[in-house]
Amino acid sequence: MRAFRSFLATRPGIVLVGLVLGGLAVTLQKYGNPPNMGICVACFTRDIAGALGLHRAAAVQYLRPEIPAFCLGAFIAALAFREFRPRTGSAPFVRFVLGLFAMIGALAFLGCPWRAMLRLAGGDWNAIAGLVGLIVGTAVGVQFLKLGFSLGRSYPTGTVAGLAMPFVMAVLLVLAFLHPQAGDNAALFASRDGPGSRHAPLLFSTIAGLIVGFLAQRTRFCTVGGIRDVILMRDFHLLSGVLAFLVAAFVLNLVYGQFYPGFTLGTNPDGTVRAQYAAHTVHWLNFAGMVLAGLAFTLAGGCPGRQVFLSGEGDGDAGMFVLGMLTGAAVAHNFLAVGSGPNAAAMVLAGLVVVVLIGTFGREKLPVAR
Amino acid sequence: MAISVDARGLACPQPVILTRKALQEVVTGEVVVLVDTMTQVYNCTRAAEKLGWQVTCTEKGDIFELTLRKQA
Repeated sequence: MRAFRSFLATRPGIVLVGLVLGGLAVTLQKYGNPPNMGICVACFTRDIAGALGLHRAAAVQYLRPEIPAFCLGAFIAALAFREFRPRTGSAPFVRFVLGLFAMIGALAFLGCPWRAMLRLAGGDWNAIAGLVGLIVGTAVGVQFLKLGFSLGRSYPTGTVAGLAMPFVMAVLLVLAFLHPQAGDNAALFASRDGPGSRHAPLLFSTIAGLIVGFLAQRTRFCTVGGIRDVILMRDFHLLSGVLAFLVAAFVLNLVYGQFYPGFTLGTNPDGTVRAQYAAHTVHWLNFAGMVLAGLAFTLAGGCPGRQVFLSGEGDGDAGMFVLGMLTGAAVAHNFLAVGSGPNAAAMVLAGLVVVVLIGTFGREKLPVAR
Repeated sequence: MAISVDARGLACPQPVILTRKALQEVVTGEVVVLVDTMTQVYNCTRAAEKLGWQVTCTEKGDIFELTLRKQA
């Protein structure tokens, strides 16, 4: 039996990693990633969907290298520590649906749980409603789990199945570097302005992504897991990493001069309101979107970052969740349900209905054998 | 005969929920938990230790067998 618990699995270990991840995130902002969006699994997956042409929102198209690098970093860590275990079979399609609606909820808020913290750390107070929503959604998910919710077991599968997601991610990463242009109005698409046009240098983003993936795999860093474990059993292990992430991001934002507190950034000379970057002030929608996301993440077993890392460990079900998020991003943009868009409320409501139905009827008997 | 919890292949936090349920049911003695990822080894160990149980882990092929013990 190898070392029962490595340093990274201890409380100081996950706090240290939280600090590193939070610091890396805002440093990515300093070097070009959009404000309060140093790392956002939802936004970046959405940008990738745009780069591939799955949606037509011109401002959010860029093949973000961070997401594939997260998966590959986790893949490398899993291989190095003999934790790469190809597995699948735990209701893959339901996980796809959960990923899709989690993304719709996250995009109504405009960010994943990681970005919710980065927004807070950058002074965007609209994040508070989102974070409260995330906590409520997670708490509801915990109740479903306590009542016996389960998507069933996954089972060991062949190496090829386990390698599928890391392979796809490796191809995306190669594409990000080669940036092929098939021709006019063809993929890869890249925004000329808007969030999609703002990015740190490719190599820096890639290396940062690999580090994040590696460390997150070793520590099992998970934002939703942090909230869930406190609600479920007053265990603060994962949450301490999440809070360290928030603290590091906040402190470095002050150092970098990236802290702009407020629900808005004041008014322009012509009297119009300047919004916080990639944010809106419809608080109930920020709240409801993240209730949906938090519930879907909890039922699926972890936050969007965690799903990407798990897919790198060979978890094909997590891979389906990630593909669901990619599809959800396209659906949200194509149906104008992003942010405070005209269809956001309807889509979030529909998502809540679907996910609550999954939570209510997703049962598998898992007896404690004697 | 020790109670055993088969948590193989279950996603977070189900192995922890099943383990806690078993521990709260038997109060003291020995409980064996089967899991198949290191994540669940760590999670179930943390949960059990929090309830005052001692944990030992043995690896059997692709499966981890956690033995949880608590004196009466």
